[in-house]
Amino acid sequence: MALLRVNNLKTYFQISAGIVKAVDDVSFVLNNGESMGLVGESGCGKTTTALSINKLLPQEGKIVSGEIFLEERNILKLNDSEIKKIRWNDISMIFQGAMNALNPVMKIGDQIAEAIILHKKVSYKEAIEKSEELFKLVELEPKRISNYPHEFSGGMKQRAMIAMALACDPKLIIADEPTTALDVMVQAQILNLLDKLRKEVNMGLILISHNLSILGETCDKIAVMYAGKIVELGNVEDIYDNNMHPYTNQLLSSFPNIHKEKKIPEPIDGIPPDLINPPSGCRFHPRCLYAENICKEKEPEMIKINENHDYCCHFGGIFNE
Amino acid sequence: MMSSIRKEMRKKKINAFIKSYKSNRMGMIGGTILIIFIMVSLIGPIILPFDTMKFGEADNVLKPPSKEHILGTDDLGRDVFRNLLAGGRISLMVGIFATIISMFLGTAVGIISGYIGNKTDIVLMRITDFFLVIPWLPLVLVLAAILGTNIWNIILVIGLTSWAGTARVVRSQTLSVKERPFIERIRAIGADDKTIMMRHILPNVFPLVFANTILVTAVAILSETTLSFLGLGDVTRSSWGMMLHYAFQSGAASTGAYWYFLPPGICVVLVVLAFTFLGYSFDEILNPKLRRR
Repeated sequence: MALLRVNNLKTYFQISAGIVKAVDDVSFVLNNGESMGLVGESGCGKTTTALSINKLLPQEGKIVSGEIFLEERNILKLNDSEIKKIRWNDISMIFQGAMNALNPVMKIGDQIAEAIILHKKVSYKEAIEKSEELFKLVELEPKRISNYPHEFSGGMKQRAMIAMALACDPKLIIADEPTTALDVMVQAQILNLLDKLRKEVNMGLILISHNLSILGETCDKIAVMYAGKIVELGNVEDIYDNNMHPYTNQLLSSFPNIHKEKKIPEPIDGIPPDLINPPSGCRFHPRCLYAENICKEKEPEMIKINENHDYCCHFGGIFNE
Repeated sequence: MMSSIRKEMRKKKINAFIKSYKSNRMGMIGGTILIIFIMVSLIGPIILPFDTMKFGEADNVLKPPSKEHILGTDDLGRDVFRNLLAGGRISLMVGIFATIISMFLGTAVGIISGYIGNKTDIVLMRITDFFLVIPWLPLVLVLAAILGTNIWNIILVIGLTSWAGTARVVRSQTLSVKERPFIERIRAIGADDKTIMMRHILPNVFPLVFANTILVTAVAILSETTLSFLGLGDVTRSSWGMMLHYAFQSGAASTGAYWYFLPPGICVVLVVLAFTFLGYSFDEILNPKLRRR
């Protein structure tokens, strides 16, 4: 059964310069126990999608239309107190930059216990015991729950954040660039840990990153986002080997592949478009190597190759010819 | 093992604080003066009790310092030194209690205003502006006159009129703290605004509140003195301000009875100065931007 269904989600930001269409018509399905990667450049709407899912958008942000179903419930129709119950209990988050996601003047154990006490009817003592168990789970010494955040290293803080995300046995974890500020060794450890825990407790995972190679290792499927839209969605194999969208293709060739021939990675020229006045037609056309007139005029539709693989381009797979 | 290391670290931190406090001359002077005053006004009246209603002999009025009365006597034949000790108690008490009210109000208004924002912020900040710009003395005079000159009313009046500056400072700090990523994470946990403000923002703005508290205490003591001097003090309790008031009324200055008006005056100046020194030195120690290298 589908754990999370997002249908035609549109999230816009009202700022003084105009309306920023940060997420524009995004749809995807995440099944129970499945992990999905969300990849794209900075400012293409990955984090906004994630924040929309548990309605944590800043004041300027509004979900204009669409539906988000968590199992049977439409999250967008819930009121404030109902959504507060869902947060962390059903959907928890691991934030960008764990360094800053912990309150510096509170013991880490107390911060985890706080999350547990908010949602479960347990005493402080039981919550602390649970925090110790969680610390064991993420391979931290249980005694260290009485430390303050500054006494932890970056990797340890991220582990503590994962422990906190698991505190209420959520059905879905959204990890927003969980490894961004960490070195490569620790990145691998954190990702392996996330993957292991996810399989153990059978929960859904949305992993947001701008690094496709990270997603390839941990995810079942990948959604590639560009300028507020999903341009290609498919299983990891589809995205890596049978990608159809020029953006996916260029994203993949912009970093070295150790299994293929040696060549200098090609960057994608240009910058992501202004989302207040996005380009007409296909939003990628100003940077696309294969763009034709039709790309400027007509917005391409989602094309389904098979059950799991969709893409959104007039000339899908043109780069293979 | 772990806890012993932590204890060690905490000890080190406290030691570092004491060390940087000790090297701060202003803070040392302020602290020493304050400790002396607090000790004396706590113990003094027990050894040398003072009764406002117990007047001296008619021929023992406004006598200069002597062996029997080290600071002479006042216009009612009471011992000035004993009066000074008892007055210190009242002045410090008013200062401290008024500060508690002021800090509580200022911190609450500042955090709520900064965190909630929008209309709440606008309304609360306009009220704050009102208290900031309105001439303080007339407002306090009117309030004290309406409420009546009881010592608790004076504390209340001073507390109610001195929180605006704190509210402004706390609000600006709250604005910066609430944008930090961990507040977003706490919202994601499903915590409500009350929890966020009480458990997460308050501890983070507390050092600022603490440094401000000491400075506000100085102002509160000075306010009490001003009010009492102008005749709005509690007549049943003798503070330094009341002493100055009576000294002025009895014409001590024109008759040359310096022992009557100088001691309370000097005491007020010293205590206010001590609090100010201490406040600035704490600010310097706790605020990394002002720290000397």
